[in-house]
Amino acid sequence: MFELLGIPPQALFGQLLLGLINGSFYAMLSLGLAVIFGLLNIINFTHGAQYMMGAFAAWMLLNYAGIGYWWALLLAPVAVGAIGVAMERLLISRLYDLDHLYGLLLTFGLALIFQGLLQNQYGVSGLPYDIPEALSGGRNLGFMFLPNYRAWVVVASLAVCIATWFVIEKTRLGAYLRAATENPTLVQAFGINVPRLVMLTYGFGVGLAALAGVLAAPIYSVNPIMGADIIIVVFAVVVIGGMGSILGSIVTGFALGLIEGLTKVFYPEAAATVIFVIMVIVLLVKPAGLFGRTA
Amino acid sequence: MTVKKLLLATAFAGMLAGAAHAEVAIKIGVMNDRSGIYADVAGEGSVVAARMAVEDFKAAEKGIKVEIISADHQNKPDIGSNIVRQWYDNDGVDVVADVPTSSVALAVNQITKDKNKIFLVSGAAASDLTGAQCSPNTAHWTYDTWSLAHGTGSAMVRKGGDTWFFLTADYAFGHALERDTGNVVKAAGGKVVGTVRHPFPGRDFSSFLLQAQASKAKVIGLANAGGDTINSIKQAAEFGITQGGQNLAGLLMFIADVHALSLKTAQGLVLTEAFYWDLNDGTRAWSKRFAEKHGGKMPTMVQAGVYSSVLHYLKAVDALKSKDAAKVMAKMKEMPTDDPLFGKGQLRADGRKIHDMYLFEVKKPQESKGAWDYYKLLATIPAAEAFRPLKDGGCPLVKG
Repeated sequence: MFELLGIPPQALFGQLLLGLINGSFYAMLSLGLAVIFGLLNIINFTHGAQYMMGAFAAWMLLNYAGIGYWWALLLAPVAVGAIGVAMERLLISRLYDLDHLYGLLLTFGLALIFQGLLQNQYGVSGLPYDIPEALSGGRNLGFMFLPNYRAWVVVASLAVCIATWFVIEKTRLGAYLRAATENPTLVQAFGINVPRLVMLTYGFGVGLAALAGVLAAPIYSVNPIMGADIIIVVFAVVVIGGMGSILGSIVTGFALGLIEGLTKVFYPEAAATVIFVIMVIVLLVKPAGLFGRTA
Repeated sequence: MTVKKLLLATAFAGMLAGAAHAEVAIKIGVMNDRSGIYADVAGEGSVVAARMAVEDFKAAEKGIKVEIISADHQNKPDIGSNIVRQWYDNDGVDVVADVPTSSVALAVNQITKDKNKIFLVSGAAASDLTGAQCSPNTAHWTYDTWSLAHGTGSAMVRKGGDTWFFLTADYAFGHALERDTGNVVKAAGGKVVGTVRHPFPGRDFSSFLLQAQASKAKVIGLANAGGDTINSIKQAAEFGITQGGQNLAGLLMFIADVHALSLKTAQGLVLTEAFYWDLNDGTRAWSKRFAEKHGGKMPTMVQAGVYSSVLHYLKAVDALKSKDAAKVMAKMKEMPTDDPLFGKGQLRADGRKIHDMYLFEVKKPQESKGAWDYYKLLATIPAAEAFRPLKDGGCPLVKG
């Protein structure tokens, strides 16, 4: 029986799997950010709040309307996405011609408002949201006990990530989107409604965040600050992957989940810092990020 | 980040007809976490409690003009220190109350000593506040890591939990709680088989829980608090840790945490608290009034402690008709404490306030008779045993 730095391999597999699960949240969230940044050039600081709102939407659907988890997976992203669309139309669309900083300030302010409103109403301790019946329990993999729900999170998020990548990189719709960001005037001249395309893209990115929120609701307590904790890490993921790179954000999300997982075994105190250390190194060596193109 | 500052209550002195002329004017600053993971445990509720103490004491009628202000330290020692310096130097604050998060409290402890003001700690837990770092200007009111460790720690060892693994929040409070509980376990013949220190605040604890599971320890001691404890317990249930025969010990848990977890997840947990709303007629009546002022939420022991400490402080000021820090502290230590929430008690020379502590078990959902009916009392730990003996703390203020 070999041991790696005093850790038996079974334990290591377990930790790697957990890292992958956490990575799937990073991947989904950074994917949404990357889509929004890539196509709208907006640094969406509301992303964490929108993730949190997804979880809250699921909780509200259950407690006020009696609608369970599976429908919430669909309805919560749609509802939060709709709020995102309204935000884009009313506020963000006015900033496209201005410096990045304005978008950042606006979305950051909105995040604080959403967070504050929910905190005022529900406090910070969090609200209970149970794992759906069909996914409760778990199985013993020999090297660890894997809750069914966590397995589902990995599968669901991988599927969503791949589907998104496919739509944007391989379909006609995706081609329009990419073209519209390169040269909106020209694309408009071909008769494509660019503002609507951009609006829906933002709504979609926000919906992705909300979907991650619904997936997170049964694992982490549903509370107004859940997004503020994770958004900083997710931004680091996006920076490491390369701003605006779809594939980069997915791969980096999962990879950093793994690295963070390993840190939790070997040097737990540094688990919160390791991602930022990597970010610094990547920025020094490859300022555009691992998958980014230099402009 | 913005530092939120709220000016809260001013309207007492000179407003009631026939009130005595205001002889002493006091400014109390309630500083705590108003937006992060401890905001439900302390937060605005502590300000409500402080205000209730002023009202119940009828300070204005006694010629004491009290103003209460509050601020958010965001659990960061640098931010907390800046606020308190500003309060003492420029805003004329005489007393700082509450201050959960031990790292912040230890900083405020030092500043308060330097500026010769008064610090009434309720939310912070590190027993160092009345040990090596004790101060003539600090009263540590509600609980500390020593008393929590002895309450829950010894109860778990008695039940057969003689091997422990600690899941510790990586800052002053977690370290103190881990140290104090570890000592209790070892003194009772048990063993600490491992420790993992997680970043504060944490989010995903599954990796640490898996390490705890692999250690085969009978008890997993959660040396963290608030949202960290809630997520640890929730995820322990998810990973089948309690079903596997290991027990969780929430070393610092508040009723707000149990409320957030729901009885289904929290049932069976053994915990130590200094206060519970449903102890007797006095606590029930006060808690009902508190809930009416605070959105229907029952008070936590931190908030109850803020009430009790501010009340006792006002009594001392009233007796002296002075707010001189040294005299008031001496008076507070000389007078026995007595209020409906904590009963009779005493403030010791090292600044430790002593009173009974309670060992509770969280009820099963079917045992609960209604909202907030969460605990059954397992044991009352008498004041004399509930806190670290005066001689053991290493506090320089204790002579002989």
